[in-house]
Amino acid sequence: MRFGLTEDQGLFGRSLRGFLADRLPLDALRRLAEPGTGFDAELWRGLGELGLHGLLVPEEHGGAGLGMLDAALAAEALGYHAAPAPFAAALVMAVQAFRSAGDAEQQRQWLPRIAAGQARIGLGFAGLAGQTGRAALRLEGGRLSGALDGLMDGGDATHFLAYLPDGRAALIEAGAPGVTATLRRSVDRTRALVDLDLAGAAPVALLQSSNDPLAAARRVRDAGRVVLAADTLGAAQNMLDRAVAYANERVQFGRVIGSFQGVKYMCADMATMLEPCRAMVWYAAYAQDAVPEEAAMAASHAKAHLAEVGREVARLATEVHGGMGFTDLLGLHYQFKRITFDRQALGGPERCRHDAAVAQGWIAA
Amino acid sequence: MDLTLTPKHRALRDEVDAFIAAHRDAAPRPGGGRKRPDRKALDWQALLLEHGYFARTIPREYGGFGAPHDVIELAIIADAFSRAGISPGIHNQGISMLVPTLLEVGTEEQKRRWIGPTIRGEVIWCQGYSEPGSGSDLAAAQTRAAVEDGHFVINGQKIWTSSAHFADMMFLLCRTEPDKSKHAGLSYLLLPMNTPGIEVRPLRTMTGRAEFNETFFTDVRVPVDQIVMGRGDGWHVANVTLKYERMLLGDPNKLQQRLEAIRRMMEQPGADGARLLDRAEWRDRLLRLQGEVIAARNHNMRLLTETAEGVDSGLGRFIVKYHGTMLGHRLASLALDVMGSTGLLYEPQGEVAEDDPATTWQIDYMYDIGLIIGGGSSNIQKNIIGERGLGLPREPKAAVPAGRN
Ligand SMILES: Cc1cc2nc3c(=O)[nH]c(=O)nc-3n(C[C@H](O)[C@H](O)[C@H](O)COP(=O)(O)OP(=O)(O)OC[C@H]3O[C@@H](n4cnc5c(N)ncnc54)[C@H](O)[C@@H]3O)c2cc1C
Repeated sequence: MRFGLTEDQGLFGRSLRGFLADRLPLDALRRLAEPGTGFDAELWRGLGELGLHGLLVPEEHGGAGLGMLDAALAAEALGYHAAPAPFAAALVMAVQAFRSAGDAEQQRQWLPRIAAGQARIGLGFAGLAGQTGRAALRLEGGRLSGALDGLMDGGDATHFLAYLPDGRAALIEAGAPGVTATLRRSVDRTRALVDLDLAGAAPVALLQSSNDPLAAARRVRDAGRVVLAADTLGAAQNMLDRAVAYANERVQFGRVIGSFQGVKYMCADMATMLEPCRAMVWYAAYAQDAVPEEAAMAASHAKAHLAEVGREVARLATEVHGGMGFTDLLGLHYQFKRITFDRQALGGPERCRHDAAVAQGWIAA
Repeated sequence: MDLTLTPKHRALRDEVDAFIAAHRDAAPRPGGGRKRPDRKALDWQALLLEHGYFARTIPREYGGFGAPHDVIELAIIADAFSRAGISPGIHNQGISMLVPTLLEVGTEEQKRRWIGPTIRGEVIWCQGYSEPGSGSDLAAAQTRAAVEDGHFVINGQKIWTSSAHFADMMFLLCRTEPDKSKHAGLSYLLLPMNTPGIEVRPLRTMTGRAEFNETFFTDVRVPVDQIVMGRGDGWHVANVTLKYERMLLGDPNKLQQRLEAIRRMMEQPGADGARLLDRAEWRDRLLRLQGEVIAARNHNMRLLTETAEGVDSGLGRFIVKYHGTMLGHRLASLALDVMGSTGLLYEPQGEVAEDDPATTWQIDYMYDIGLIIGGGSSNIQKNIIGERGLGLPREPKAAVPAGRN
């Protein structure tokens, strides 16, 4: 009975962070972020070697069979280093989509390919999660037509999982006839968005075996919200750590600036806001697997709260760095933009809080 | 992470819910730490102690329930009382600050003598720390205790002493070793408030009530064994108490109680028949605060686990008082806004005050600023967070202007 990480989880988080620190020094990050696709084959391979691809895939399908808390720790590390790697959609939401709405055969066919890093699935959730953009898909005679904007992890994806308004999801192959995928670079150059235009595309799988497809879709949404919250936690922690380090080293008026209370208090405020977020993210992640009655509320609240705290930390940490913080030189802006992205993806905080109210039965959906 | 409710936990949850359902009429209003507990509060306290819903992990020989430390059990109990909006028992300076201090650094004799009557609500304590010349700079305390024929003889003045006008006992920080350095010259004494030479003068606060006092000491004699730890250890003991004071002031269960109370108000139809909870702008304000309260409660669970495992949470602990008191004030602010102009009615004196939501929320709204200042102000907390939590350098000392001290 404990509220905390296991030794293994601590180790996992640290080794992933060590790996990313090693692979993503600023000049490398700059280079990988430049194209804005949110994907780099070598980094992707390395993450696979650490077991990230099959993190949530059950062991029988070739994965590690770990849980959402482990996924959140991975997301935190990826956010900390602003890693240009598909994760939230490709390795968390897609897996949960197959697990909650795929039939046995679909799971047997696709989960091992995800775990092997071969199927990299971009995912579009517009409408159901409060994202803006086009979201008009129709399935007629087994063919998919219409438009869906803002797919996550879509850069260099092998497949797209497109949610229909009724909660079913269609898997389509990138490059198949009738599929036009337009890569849109986002302000966060470490993660792209893809706009999909479909003209009679044939899905390779239709995930529809849940009794309640909308509820299954919401669980996928919640899993995504938890990892985006964790991503912000990591990015904000990175910005705070760097602000504290800078405050300990930059000298003005003959003193290190961290000895000025004005600066010290900015750091103290960031720590005070951010520290409780860690436990909040842990709990929200854990609840997805272990506390079903609180899972939806915890996920939406964590996403919303981290968005608010993340925005404050992003501003304050930049400010502590003075003019340097505003430059491209330090690369602090990669985390800043990560936080910007996480806030809007899968619904902004107002929408998430609305969903939390619905989950608690305060109001009707 | 393992928060699985075992059958034992589930049974406890059902048991607490059933207890609350059966006894809710016997419960006093939540809060009430600012006055002497009345018969109703004392009886309620006794009932909670008997069932182990209060002082659950305090050993039986000191008057507690003697259950092993279990984070989930404590959370289940706290949650059940918050959900029901029922008083979880008395929280005052003796129970929440002195008792854990004695458990940590007191002698066996002190634990046996003081903990039982204190947690039953029979013995009320006040805290003699602040002086006119030393508030934030607590270690500069000048109240002097000289040793004479087996007694400390105390002379000096304390200020802002909450509850001193009805307290039975005081824990006092005073200077016993004037020739030692500032921090090394202090001791922590326990003394009855009816000792000759103590004079308490009430100070009216912004709430219109006299919640704290000035306390004067003239040749007050206290046997030398009424000390916690040794002479010169006062700064250490005072900080143990401050650690618990800051946890109390940032208590997330109190925040949860408030949140629930506000939600209940917002669920009531207003004069136009509409509920505020149905209006997006009001609901969002409540939800924002709920998100923060959830974060605070999860964080508290993490701290409880770390404490149980003997880990010092450092930064995680330093933020609690600042975070919790600021959040408490924002909750009270929302409550006032929800009540609108009917919330302006204010009669702070006498018994009715306790039963009138408008007055109690107005008092909380103001008193919360007191809590933001007391127990080490927000600025002092930020110094601690910055320096001890994050490792930033201390502020260089500035010279005191000539002729000032
Ligand atoms: C409701 C209430 C109940 C209280 N109950 C008790 C009690 O029971 N027993 C008791 O002993 N005391 C009690 N106190 C006193 C309380 O501990 C002090 O008020 C508090 O420590 C601040 O001291 P001060 O009032 O002298 O303010 P000061 O220390 O003069 O502070 C004034 C302002 O200066 C700021 N400041 C001071 N030093 C620094 C610094 N180094 N860096 C940045 N800012 C600084 C403070 O943050 C504050 O904003 C209570 C106070 C209140 C409001």
